[in-house]
Amino acid sequence: MAAVTESTPPTYRLTEEQTLLRDAVRTLADERVAPRAADIDRTGEFPDDLRQLLADQDILALPFPTEFGGLGGELLTVCLAIEQLSRACATTGLILAAHELGSLPVIGFGTAEQKASWLPGMAAGKDLAAFALTEAEAGSDVAGVRTRAVRDGDAYVISGSKRFITHGSVASRIAVFAVTDADAATPRHRRLSCFLVEVPSPGFSVSRIEHKMGIRGSPTAELAFDEVRVPVGHRVGEDGDGFAIAMKTFERSRPGIAAQAVGIAQGALEVATAYAKDRRQFGQRIGDFQMVGALLADMDAATEGARQLLYKACVEIEAGSPDAARWAAMCKLVAGDTAMRVTTDAVQVLGGYGYIDEFPVERMMRDAKITQLYEGTQQIQRSVIARALLGKGS
Amino acid sequence: MRIVVLVKPVPDPASAGERLGPDGRLDRAAVPAVVNGNDEYVLEAALKLIEAAGEGEITLLSMAPTNAPETLRKALAMGATRGVHVTDAALAGSCTVSTARVLAAALGQLEFDMVFAGIDSSDGVGGVVPAGVAALLGLPYLSYAARIEPDMDARTVRVRRISATGYDLLEAPLPVVIGGTQALGEPRYPSLKGIMAARNKEIVTRDLGDLGLEGSSVGGAVATTRVLDSRQPPARAATEIVRGSPAEGADRIVDFLVERRIV
Repeated sequence: MAAVTESTPPTYRLTEEQTLLRDAVRTLADERVAPRAADIDRTGEFPDDLRQLLADQDILALPFPTEFGGLGGELLTVCLAIEQLSRACATTGLILAAHELGSLPVIGFGTAEQKASWLPGMAAGKDLAAFALTEAEAGSDVAGVRTRAVRDGDAYVISGSKRFITHGSVASRIAVFAVTDADAATPRHRRLSCFLVEVPSPGFSVSRIEHKMGIRGSPTAELAFDEVRVPVGHRVGEDGDGFAIAMKTFERSRPGIAAQAVGIAQGALEVATAYAKDRRQFGQRIGDFQMVGALLADMDAATEGARQLLYKACVEIEAGSPDAARWAAMCKLVAGDTAMRVTTDAVQVLGGYGYIDEFPVERMMRDAKITQLYEGTQQIQRSVIARALLGKGS
Repeated sequence: MRIVVLVKPVPDPASAGERLGPDGRLDRAAVPAVVNGNDEYVLEAALKLIEAAGEGEITLLSMAPTNAPETLRKALAMGATRGVHVTDAALAGSCTVSTARVLAAALGQLEFDMVFAGIDSSDGVGGVVPAGVAALLGLPYLSYAARIEPDMDARTVRVRRISATGYDLLEAPLPVVIGGTQALGEPRYPSLKGIMAARNKEIVTRDLGDLGLEGSSVGGAVATTRVLDSRQPPARAATEIVRGSPAEGADRIVDFLVERRIV
């Protein structure tokens, strides 16, 4: 693998279309999403009104092919939308990011019949998607999944449980990864298969909703599968393709989390900057104190750096770079760490006011933390990058 | 129903970066361009008419520097059908008379029932181009339209024109030129669908030769007006921001006004 290659993106600036789209989503986020953000965080309730808004505005259609009612947006376009939504409310940005994540197995690996059957409802934002890979004992170690899918005639019977599933309780199309071949002789990465489970299904239930530090309006569910029968036609890819489908999915979904992180950082930077312009102590604006100004400068530079790496990664992944996994891991790593640092510093700029819910930066700081954890912890991203650098070895 | 909407890219008034160039004219390179606000209002009115009629098309017509298609892209995303962009190096420094001549010549090559134009532009604020275009084409000009009601069977249009005491009801035969303002209603955001659909919409470029005009008949060299002097507006005095609950804020605002004997 040629890990350290340089290549030139087709265009370096955003196109007019991308700028328009970004601005349209930003306006919508400012006017319709931002006023709801504090309430969503406080109540911890899934904002179905905003899911409907994103559906009505075709934002949830962005990642889907045009022949199935989508808008055919490129990865960068989808990420611009996630970034702008997350700048106002990370939970709302995640509605698009998690919907895309859950849909990617079908978009990328579904048959023509599967796509025709499921994608129109997903593109319309009516059938929300989720991605169910993680289990209580299988987090970073994806191949450690224990949920089983046993072939029974023209169906599979799925048994087991999934944990930390974003949108698990509100989605009606769930990509579930389960072991179809438990033979010890089978390589670990060939044991999993991917299934699209429609909700409701007999035997499927939501057994718990987690109480979280951040992204509190986004329901994170534990799902129970008690002999859930799914037709063979709901298997996405072939038997044993599950692990590969999950890994390819992450190449396109991790940039979405990076976009969420960049959006959170940008939102915090803007709040901190406005505060530093306005707040006066010792007879001057606090932003004019060099120590505060330097904090803001570092926040701005770091956010822009993360954003540019994200945009570059999107262009490279869209162009079919053989290094897609590395680009996806790098942008998510840098953006997640940036969001955590920038939001922490934003709280610092606001001082005591940053620590209370009168201002949104404490929420942003809590929301930022998740971007260092999900869709692969930062440690996993580093291991992906290191493996790309060093080669997989023997 | 065929509507041509005259569209002018202007420096973004929201950018707060408008500044004068060394020639006393606006430095158009200093800030990003947007579609002139009044042009967006008439475009919105045109879109609503086409939607209500269930048929028709909207052609954007713009005389502007070479980068205008970027700006027109937004108007296409709002729902216009196509764009015509007149650009020519000889047009630099055009006065309003030149602009009207060029737009009239371009309209002579288009088929339309109505031409819509913003009543004026936020950069020059001359407000004479739509009337000039109508005069050159020998068409009726209905200005300050607050409502536009065409009757395609009768080939007429009624316009409510805002007046000091209410509105005047004007009627004219088609084709016609209509100037409008924000009274027509808020322009829509381009929908995401509209933005993605604009990918496949055409913007035709025309130069003076295409319009059958001589470079010596229009542009800066034959401008009928000249900028003698222009200055930046004076900086605003420092703003006092009142904080606190609505009741406290109201008290402090009243105190402020009383101190200055304003109330």
